[in-house]
Amino acid sequence: MRSSSLARAVRLGVSSLLLHKLRSFLTTLGVLFGVASVIAMLAVGEGASAEAQDQIRRLGSRNVILRSVKPPQVGDEDAEMRVLSYGLTRDDFERISETFPGVEQSVPVLQTPAEVRSGQLLCRPRVLCTPHLFQSVTRRDLFSGRFLTEQDEASRSLVCVLGYEVARFLFPFDTALGERVKVGEHYLEVVGVLHSRIPVGTVTLDPSSEAGGEVFMPLSTGRAYFGERQTQMRSGSMDIQEVQLHEIIVAAERDIDVPVIAAACRSMLKREHDEKDYEVIVPLELLARAEETKRIFNIVLGSIAGISLLVGGIGIMNVMLATVTERTREIGIRRALGAKRKHIVTQFLVETMVLSGAGGVVGVGVGLLIPWIVERTAELETIVEPAAPIFAFGISVLVGIVFGLYPAWRAANMDPVEALRHE
Amino acid sequence: MESAQPKAGEVTSTPEPVAELSEITRMYRMGEEEVLALDGFSFTFRKGEYWAIMGSSGSGKSTLLNILGCVDRPTGGSYRVRGHEVADLDDDELSTFRGAELGFIFQSYNLIPQLDVLENILMPVMYQDEVPEGIQERALGLAKRVGLGDRLHHRPMQLSGGQQQRVAIARSLINDPALILADEATGNLDSKTADEILELFDELHAEGKTILLVTHEAEVGRRAENILRLKDGNIESVERGAKRHGEAADAQ
Ligand SMILES: Nc1ncnc2c1ncn2[C@@H]1O[C@H](COP(=O)(O)OP(=O)(O)O)[C@@H](O)[C@H]1O
Ligand SMILES: [Mg+2]
Repeated sequence: MRSSSLARAVRLGVSSLLLHKLRSFLTTLGVLFGVASVIAMLAVGEGASAEAQDQIRRLGSRNVILRSVKPPQVGDEDAEMRVLSYGLTRDDFERISETFPGVEQSVPVLQTPAEVRSGQLLCRPRVLCTPHLFQSVTRRDLFSGRFLTEQDEASRSLVCVLGYEVARFLFPFDTALGERVKVGEHYLEVVGVLHSRIPVGTVTLDPSSEAGGEVFMPLSTGRAYFGERQTQMRSGSMDIQEVQLHEIIVAAERDIDVPVIAAACRSMLKREHDEKDYEVIVPLELLARAEETKRIFNIVLGSIAGISLLVGGIGIMNVMLATVTERTREIGIRRALGAKRKHIVTQFLVETMVLSGAGGVVGVGVGLLIPWIVERTAELETIVEPAAPIFAFGISVLVGIVFGLYPAWRAANMDPVEALRHE
Repeated sequence: MESAQPKAGEVTSTPEPVAELSEITRMYRMGEEEVLALDGFSFTFRKGEYWAIMGSSGSGKSTLLNILGCVDRPTGGSYRVRGHEVADLDDDELSTFRGAELGFIFQSYNLIPQLDVLENILMPVMYQDEVPEGIQERALGLAKRVGLGDRLHHRPMQLSGGQQQRVAIARSLINDPALILADEATGNLDSKTADEILELFDELHAEGKTILLVTHEAEVGRRAENILRLKDGNIESVERGAKRHGEAADAQ
């Protein structure tokens, strides 16, 4: 009985609303867009933050990364050729790996600006000279072959490991394993290929830039054959820099060691370096900052969605107030024929909820469609949490209740005699 | 008891009272001014009676009918209907009472436009706490009785005025009310259609229904069993059936 009377109330509400199709439709638009924007913005926001977090995690959440940075004030461009010396030193590395507590491993990286060739093909990836520990510290997966070994490091082997993009670029049709590539002036044998850092196939290598491409060789090989001076030709002039280490990756034993190590690195570098020719990157801190950004983003999103739903709700209330006035006589008739106040409240509340609920349902549809389109056209990752549509629809129904109460209350409290006399 | 109602005018024993009004006042306040629409009105309507309530405009007919119909409350005096003191009932109880015991027929039909004929007839049932057995069949029977058996799913807009008023009459009968209240029920109809509606009232009267019909048309008033004339919120004259029928005979 209870459910059938509710079903009847809903059916009645629908048929009343269908008397004014255009008006009902226009009224639902506010809630429709409110709900759609909640879902769409949440999906895009979740996608963006997931991507950012993913990128940070790829740096290794237990790592602290120290990088050499060319200090801004030095480097008088017109000055005669001179050697610019800056950055992390071997001493820095020694101090960290030997004296810092809580450090599991620390991995030095030297970068050399050599070109990499195979036959006619040439590219300029990041050429990283690093010991075998690099792979485990950065959690890189092997695609084929093997990574550098302790043996390679000890014997200064002329071997290298290619990043997936470089391998595909230099050896488009074949496996790169066992092939020789020319790095700068030296021939190195390819012993392995690392998986791409980014999901396969999304980025193709641009041969002229460093983006995406990587080639690894033992640190000892790098020092022996390429040295610590990086010479580059830039628009005619020679640019010579001397950097002992470009990067030091410090892996902590436990998560709680990360902030301690980061602080120790910062104070040590500050003490040992006159200039700020380094930077300290702590993925864990970045992650925390990304979380904070996401939180703020969500607050802003929530406010926007809240405002649009508020506006939609006010629109619905406005129309319902007009409807109540318009149907004063109907209310009088119903009251005379035995309707209690609660029946009138229910009638108009149900009508408002049908309006906002319909807006909510269509809004959920549109809200799911938008991320789908964004993903296909803008190539942005979007994530629709299963709770989002339910949440958004729930809000739309709630809007119906909140903004329907006053018109319904007005309807129920009319004087039946006055209402019956109404023209 | 319901059915074995003696023909009006030949009453030997007094039937039980349906609506008893004593010293009823209804005052309207218009700013400083106070209007007494009913001024110490006392009367008893009894079971099976058919009354025309007449009087000039502003004499208090509608006010009286609203109070009888429990949509309005008197400002003074006592109104007992079917043994209930109306002043003692709260809004919800009064609503249920209206739906169950009273049948309303309005001048402008007052059907709900978004409901069809059958749904309109069933309207007073919807608001009762319990739905009686076989109410659908009863509604169908009433629709047939008022001659709309073939228009059950028409909307009010698709019906003529006379047909709409027939629906309203069927609606007023659905809960088998103790009292049928009609305010200028034929006021919007041409004389032929009005006549058909009045014939329906005659039938209902013959069945023993208690009918109060407000009208300002002498023509319509003459069809009723009794006439109650109002003036300035009180009774001007009461004409009971026997005497009136005599007069009518004289006139012809
Ligand atoms: N809502 C109201 N407010 C103020 N005065 C009213 C109201 N309703 C009726 N009256 C007054 O009460 C008197 C009786 O009105 P009413 O019962 O409608 O008379 P009738 O139906 O016989 O024409 C009139 O003087 C009218 O002006
Ligand atoms: Mg009147």
